[in-house]
Amino acid sequence: MIGLTHYLILSAILFIIGVMGVLMRRNIIVILLSIELILTSVNLNLIAFSHFVNNPTGQVFVFFVLTIAAAEAALGLAILVTLYKNLESINVDDVNQLKG
Amino acid sequence: MGLPEIFFYYFAIMAVVTAGFAVTRPNPVYSVLFLVACFFHVAGLFVLLGAEFLAALQILVQAGALMVLYLFVVFLFNLSEAKSARVVHRQAGFAGIVSLILVALMVIFSVQGVFRGPFRELVRPQTTDNVSFVAGSLFTDFLLPFELASLVLLVVLFGAIVLGKREEGE
Repeated sequence: MIGLTHYLILSAILFIIGVMGVLMRRNIIVILLSIELILTSVNLNLIAFSHFVNNPTGQVFVFFVLTIAAAEAALGLAILVTLYKNLESINVDDVNQLKG
Repeated sequence: MGLPEIFFYYFAIMAVVTAGFAVTRPNPVYSVLFLVACFFHVAGLFVLLGAEFLAALQILVQAGALMVLYLFVVFLFNLSEAKSARVVHRQAGFAGIVSLILVALMVIFSVQGVFRGPFRELVRPQTTDNVSFVAGSLFTDFLLPFELASLVLLVVLFGAIVLGKREEGE
């Protein structure tokens, strides 16, 4: 019998894979992809709770999270293109202009 | 082991494996493609949880539209330079240790039953289909946030155009 715990553990593992991608990679594109993965794991968590509590609110919030994920990807990629035009690089180490 | 368990373990294991590949591949093109596979398997899990509408949305928006957008941007950049460079960051070792501690804590709290509560016994009555289940809530209790989401998308549209526009004299 698959219970809520199974989904919570799966969601935690996906979340941590995403966090590791954000913290350990130097490529900004992969970092943005990892953020998408984190949002997906949160969606899985919300839908699992929505299913086991029998309340549609969780699924409505997943709808909003999808909207924000689309917005974040569009703006993040626009910033990334501008950054590449200015720096000729997509590594996070090269983005250090704000360092004191 | 019944059919739901088999499907759950298939989707779960494939989602974790493809997510791991997506994060570790040096070439971003493979990362994007593995993440598409991961999103498809997560959509399968959504179907198992009775959220068919959001599974369709996950495939259309996340796996379809967003990943194609990422692929376009990946193709814009010079990949030969990115491949030769060091893949992992300097802080990778420390970050990995902290992440593993975090996942261990999350799994321990999940297994110990902090969230178990009364949730297990409830069975969802299938009186309506999933779309009316979500839409009923979306268009009554959450009407204002729903309209605000369209405003957010409009602002993002303008923002992306302004950011992508060339400067005068460039």
